Amino acid sequence: MSGSLLYLSGVGKSFDGFRAIDNLSLVVFPGELRAVIGPNGAGKTTMMDIITGKTRPDEGEVFWKESVDLTRADEVETARLGIGRKFQKPSVIESLTVAENLELALKGPRGVAARLFGRRGETEAREIARLLALVRLEEARDAPAGSLSHGQKQWLEIGMLLAQDPELLLVDEPAAGMTDAETMRTAELLREIAGRHAVVVVEHDMEFVRALGCKVTVLHQGRVLAEGSLEHVSANPEVIEVYLGR
Amino acid sequence: MARLVDRRMGVFLAALFVLTVALPVASSAAAGELVPAYLVSLVGKYLCYALLAVALDLGWGFCGILSLGHGAFFALGGYAMGMYLMRQIGPRGVYGDPVLPDFMVFLNWQELPWFWLGFDRFWFAALMVMAVPGLLAFVFGWFAFRSRVSGVYLSIITQAMTYALMLAFFRNEMGFGGNNGLTDFKDILGLDLTAASTRTGLFVASAVALAAGLLVARWITASRLGRVLVAIRDAEERARFLGYRVEHYKLFVFTVSAVMAGVAGALYVPQVGIINPGEFSPANSIEIVIWVALGGRGTLVGAALGAMLVALAKTLLTGWLPELWLFALGGLFVLVTLWLPRGVLGALEDGLAQLRPARTGAREEVRA
Repeated sequence: MSGSLLYLSGVGKSFDGFRAIDNLSLVVFPGELRAVIGPNGAGKTTMMDIITGKTRPDEGEVFWKESVDLTRADEVETARLGIGRKFQKPSVIESLTVAENLELALKGPRGVAARLFGRRGETEAREIARLLALVRLEEARDAPAGSLSHGQKQWLEIGMLLAQDPELLLVDEPAAGMTDAETMRTAELLREIAGRHAVVVVEHDMEFVRALGCKVTVLHQGRVLAEGSLEHVSANPEVIEVYLGR
Repeated sequence: MARLVDRRMGVFLAALFVLTVALPVASSAAAGELVPAYLVSLVGKYLCYALLAVALDLGWGFCGILSLGHGAFFALGGYAMGMYLMRQIGPRGVYGDPVLPDFMVFLNWQELPWFWLGFDRFWFAALMVMAVPGLLAFVFGWFAFRSRVSGVYLSIITQAMTYALMLAFFRNEMGFGGNNGLTDFKDILGLDLTAASTRTGLFVASAVALAAGLLVARWITASRLGRVLVAIRDAEERARFLGYRVEHYKLFVFTVSAVMAGVAGALYVPQVGIINPGEFSPANSIEIVIWVALGGRGTLVGAALGAMLVALAKTLLTGWLPELWLFALGGLFVLVTLWLPRGVLGALEDGLAQLRPARTGAREEVRA
């Protein structure tokens, strides 16, 4: 689709006969904030795996900026193209400090020789300071990431994602295990980020999705069940059926 | 470069320097042979083990590559040196053949196999000491890391690699002396291997190699690349999604580590006077892992310390109660795992840290 950042069309993927993704189509535009909801097993994580090149789809098209075929890229290539991914379980490097985690994620050369001989520059130090402020971890700057609370780890990982300066952020259940206050703060943070980056958030928590106040895509059994504002999709009888159960 | 030599490294290097100077002096005739001369070669051997442990720690402690086949790289370095020493014998062998080593004459070989060519020159042998283990690690790692073989599966195939090499080197047709290996060395660089001065030289060379190995490993792990290695060790998936080619980093570290192990093997062989396929035995490689775990994984200095302590214990115990050695080694490993999770070095540093606050407290009292 013209002007799209990410374009999925007719994507399908089976695991041992189980249809994880079935004729899935999705379009994300630059700077857009999008929530993807759906019950367990709806195919949300598989969708992210396909976008980031971790899993190859059986059929369908996945295009980045209308030109790059993501079905041929692997995790490293998609990361370098500008797709950042936050896992459901906080995944930070526990034995490194908060600042070192961010430094590792900063945009810059990723080759062996460049890392071996490179030094941390002025601009990098400034960028790290800015990110620390953004995710409110200034005090924990030199603490090992393993010593952070669950919510702080989630934020650190979001900070690492921002450090990569990706054009698209895929965020898997950022509010899982957070207190209410942390959840609201996270929604606020994601809203701030959107615009500069496109953000796709996979989430279970309806309060959180409401706080995001963005377009919602409902997945069910590997395909899109409904799409639109939260009010619009929650009025959809099929969505009610899926969520409230038979 | 204050960070290259931190306190831990500084203390160790200083101690190593003192040892390197004191031991040859104490064993010399001028000092009235305070310690027996054989100690120089014995400690020299320990230093080679220490370098081997540092090599393993670089890969295992910092990048999570648990190689159970590092003995193979050590042995290959040793064989490359052994081949040079064999060619140095020249016509002084039992059969007196000017070119062919004794075992080849014995096997009725008419000429030197192609892969023995060049080993009469020291520079070529020195190059092969590094190139052969390095190349094997590169090719092996290329396939293993690209196929994302990691964790226990990688450990198993490294173990299989060293076992396969052991079987191969046992065969006479391989051209490396079969199960007798290479021995009866006479000279190195034209110097008599039995002379005290040569032995001292080899001992000092081992100490220098250990110090250099520690500094190279420290330089790598303290660089920005070191942080990527830790990221790979702790969260490989994360590193990949951050855009790092994990397999390239692993390959780099694995190859550097293998080269280091090769150098250790090359310095070891002239000091013990023999290299045979037993060095490839899987048990040897496992013992290296025990040294590192015992000394303190991921500390470099701890690995070196662990190797020397275990080697010392082995020397003492195998002389005293040989049949008990393996039980003692196993017991030691269990004890350290249970009570010293950060190894001997970690326990030492924790002990020192506990002493320090007491002193600061006293100072504060004075001030109050």
